[in-house]
Order: sequence, then structure tokens, then C-alpha cells
Amino acid sequence: MTSSGAHVKDDSIDTTHGCILYIENVTVSFDGFKALDDLNLYIDDGELRCIIGPNGAGKTTMMDVITGKTRPDQGTVFFGQNHDLTKMTEYEISHAGIGRKFQKPTVFLNHTVFENLELALHTKKNVWQSLSKTLTGEQRDIIEQDLETIGLKDQKNLRAGLLSHGQTQWLEIGMLLVQDPRVLLIDEPVAGMTHQETEHTAELLQSLAGKHSVVLVEHDMEFIRSIANRVTVLHEGHVLAEGKMEEVQNDPKVIEVYLGS
Amino acid sequence: MIKNIITLHSYKGWSFIFSLLAIATILLPILNIWVPEDSALHVPNYMFALMGKYLCYALVALAIDLIWGYTGILSLGHGVFFSMGGYAMGMYLMRSVGKEGVYKSDLPDFMVFLDWKELPWYWYGFDSFAFTLLVILFLPGVFAFTFGYFAFKSRIKGVYFAIITQAMTFASMLLFFRNETGFGGNNGLTDFKRILGYSLQEPSTKISLYIITACVLFFSYILSRYVVQSKLGRVLTAIRDAESRVMFSGYNTIHYKLFIWTLSAFLCGIAGALYVPQVGIINPSEMQPSNSIEMAIWVAVGGRGTLSGALIGAGLVNGAKSWFTVAAPDYWLYFLGGLFIVVTLFFPKGFIGIFSRLFLKNKVKEST
Repeated sequence: MTSSGAHVKDDSIDTTHGCILYIENVTVSFDGFKALDDLNLYIDDGELRCIIGPNGAGKTTMMDVITGKTRPDQGTVFFGQNHDLTKMTEYEISHAGIGRKFQKPTVFLNHTVFENLELALHTKKNVWQSLSKTLTGEQRDIIEQDLETIGLKDQKNLRAGLLSHGQTQWLEIGMLLVQDPRVLLIDEPVAGMTHQETEHTAELLQSLAGKHSVVLVEHDMEFIRSIANRVTVLHEGHVLAEGKMEEVQNDPKVIEVYLGS
Repeated sequence: MIKNIITLHSYKGWSFIFSLLAIATILLPILNIWVPEDSALHVPNYMFALMGKYLCYALVALAIDLIWGYTGILSLGHGVFFSMGGYAMGMYLMRSVGKEGVYKSDLPDFMVFLDWKELPWYWYGFDSFAFTLLVILFLPGVFAFTFGYFAFKSRIKGVYFAIITQAMTFASMLLFFRNETGFGGNNGLTDFKRILGYSLQEPSTKISLYIITACVLFFSYILSRYVVQSKLGRVLTAIRDAESRVMFSGYNTIHYKLFIWTLSAFLCGIAGALYVPQVGIINPSEMQPSNSIEMAIWVAVGGRGTLSGALIGAGLVNGAKSWFTVAAPDYWLYFLGGLFIVVTLFFPKGFIGIFSRLFLKNKVKEST
């Protein structure tokens, strides 16, 4: 049992059909404006998928729907075949195995890098456990390993507020990793990064695919070209095109709404 | 568990705390009892009631710091929890007066005055100290839990939460002002005679109450320290700094907020109960909105998010208040308001912030 005592008793994610996320006929409207309009999207288990689209295409709203922040007006969102995400709260979804990185990096600025990872670490997260338990040696090892992966070993006792922009982004990715999620939702990880930092991030994300499914929202076309296998183009709340980067780039519809402009 | 408690402080830290406790609970009473009254070292009797009052305020500040300083939830209604504990204790003390009241009746004087013939049902049980103790320990917490459950579940935050708690204390004050409510109206409960059979006029009773208060404050401090040093404490400050990130990390933040909110009300209720026998009165003015705001100012002045800061803040502001109300009573509120503005604008970390900047440049972490 790794559940937090939340309503999700069964932790196993049923992916017998190869898909891990099923988003079907999802519509979300804000005051009549349809942020998502009959969206259908399937993410395979272990894939690295990029989502692109012009501003207002519904990328962030889609992430909000998956993580339980926004409830769809219509449609279903399933995690595996057995978890109905529209009926789960944010923390239950997180516990079931979906981690999210925000567009604006959010880490706990007054905690050290190590403490940030400690808080994110996959473990029982109820009040009593937090009050009475301290980290086991095994858990420390997991955190140390994670520090290695994100390259912040030397900064481990530094207050997170003192990190550079790129390091903050990595810390947030590191926090997702210690949650041990099946799906990582990552919103614009390289915005504002230097060229070198971008390269490092690309490597990091590619190394994650396979073990985790990664859904990446990004504006930086250069960056997407460098890492993505499959690309989905969103436009006005629904899928405009889907396929390999070259195919998508040559799609006349896509050129019209996005790449051409 | 024991090991966790021992590591809460360094050796030096523990020595300091125990020295303080020893001075407060052993040395001061000795200086009162065995040092002759004409000596400069003699501690006069009235000091104990005064210090006991300050220690109660310090406990309130500790409670508010847990919820505001550490969790970022500003409550401007802690006067209610304080009064709940206070009124419960007051009711017990009223019942212990027996037939020695002005009207020589078994009923409290104010009921006779209102021409009530029998005790209202909610006064039943307050003849017993054990029952009263249960009420003191549970009522503020249960009330806070219920209030917090609905507020946090509806995701009421920040200034909205502060306003609602302020409204809560104002509404309670109006309710208690009414004679029909049955708690003595605007006069409240007073003219107490004894507690557990000991006369409240006796210096020895006063000293005992003071020592008990000091010990309660000590244990509350250790408990709070344990809470904020645990992972739970780190989750609380994380909620303060980035609540959505905490939720997306898999924590049910409502449970955490409820826990600390209830604990805070619990401590505040105990403070109220200890306050009443030492001050000798509890009335609805304790629930005045300005009172609860003042409590928050203690914490702001001392230093939010540091337990020692809360304790020091309560002492500093109330010390200043005692001085002002004698020297320049008209200017106290101006001074308090000015102090709050200056601290908020220039010293967001309060007294502790100034102190650690001056003396502990490299040890800021330790002063928390």
C-alpha cells in the first residue's frame, strides 16, 4: 500500500491497452469562451509527447483538467483504464501518479533544496505521518540519487530561493521525479533558460521517457525539434494535427494557424 | 520520540530554556517568600498576577504564530478561543463562590439580579473542576475544527479568512453582551472567591497559578517546537509559500490547515482559562475585534515564523502597554498603531529579525 489513505485504494494503473491518459470529448468553457472544445487526446505509456499551439489554444487548461484543478463541463479523462480523474481531487491525482511542473517555476523558496525534495518524496502524506516520521536511510538515498540526476548535489543545503532560474526549473523537475509519477506534465521548462541549460534539460527529459510518460507543453520550436517523437498541435481547444515533427510542420492547416504566422 | 524531542534544541539552547524556567518558577517565588520586603531583591506579590497575565499572552502569541507565522493564515479572531477557555474557567469559579455572593443565593449574582429562578442547562457540570477542564481542553478545539472545516473546504484564504474570523469574534462579543445569553452580559463573570478550595486572594494561590502558567507555557513551547521542526512543520511553511505546489505534491492541505488551526485554538483556550483566575474577571470585551488584532501585532512585533519571536513580542508589547497606560494612557493606541506600521514596513521579521541581523549574522537559522 502506498496510498495516502485517500479514496484511491488501488494504486495500480491499468494500461493493458498501451495508453496511460485518455482524454475524450472534453469541453471546458469560461464565460462562454471554449478553452477546450471537444478535445480528444491519447498518451501512450512511456512516450514523450510535445504539445504545441498558439496562445489560447488550451494547453494550460488541458493540464488543469488532467490535474484536477479545473473540472470539464463535458467529457471524460481517464488515467489508465481505471482512474476517473474528473472525480479525484488534486492531491489524489498527484498520489495516483501524475506530477505537474508549472509554467512559472514553483518550488518552496524558504526551504533548502534537500527539504524541497523531502516534501515531494513519494511516501505517506497524511498529517500523522508527517508529524511522527523522519526520513529513512533508503529515502535519503533516493533523494541523493535525485540530486545527482538534476545536477544540484552541491546546492543541496542551499535555500531554494537562492537558486538560478535554470536550477529552479531542474529542482522542480527533481521534485516531480521523487514523487515517482507515471506521467509527468511539464509546462514550458526551457522558457528563459540559456542555451546550455536548455541542452541539459533536453537530455534530462529524454532520459525520463520510457520509465515515465512525459507530456511537454513548449513554445520553443528548436527545443521540440531536438527531442520530440510525436507532436500534437492544439488550436482553439481541439487537436488540429498530430504526428511526427516533419509531418506536422508540413501540414497546411498547421502552417496557416501557427507556424506560418 | 524522546530522541526527537531532545534534538529539538542544541545543548546550549536547552540550558538556556531550563535556566529561564528555573528562574521563573523557582527563583522568583523564593525572592518573594524568603527575601525581606524592604530588600531591593524582594519580588512583590502583585508581580505574580502581572507576570502570570503576560505568560498567558505569550501562550496566545505562540498559538497565533503557529497558524499565522508558520502557515500564513492570519486569524483576527483568536479572542474567541481565548474567551471560550476564559468563560469556561469563569463559570467554574462562579459556581465555587457558593452562597457567598452578594445575594447569598446558590445562583451566581447576575442571575439573581435578572430574577432567574434556576440554573440554565448549559451551566450544569461547571460545579465540577474535572468537567470544566474537559470543556477548556476540548471546546475551543472542537469549535475551531468545525469553523475551519467549512472555511478551508471552501478554500477561503488570506484577507477573506481574516475578515471572517474578525466577524466571528465580533458576533460572539455581541452575543455575550446580551444578558439573556446567560454569561453575565457586559459585566461578564467576576467576584471570584476561590479555585479548588484555595482562596484567590492568598499570595500562595497567586504564586501557584503563576507557576502552573509558566509550566504550561513551557510544555506548549516544546510541543510547538516539536511540531514546527517535524516534517509537518515544513509542510506548513510550504503551504504558506506555495499552497498549490503542496497540493500537486500529493498533500491534502485542508487536513494540515485544520490540524494547526485546531492546535492553535486549543492553546489559546488554555491561555484564556489560566488568565481568568489571575486577572479575576472575564467579560465580552475580550472578544472585541481590536483585542484579536492586538494579539496578531504581538506576533508581528516579535517576529513571525519564530516561536521565540512570538513570546518576546507578547512581552514587549504588553510591557509597553503597562507602561503607557500609567504614563500616557491616551497615546497607547497611537503608539500601537505606529509600532505596527513601522514593524511591517521596515522590520518584516520583527524583533528577532533585528536581533539576528545585529548579533547572529551567521546563525540566522538557529534563532528560528
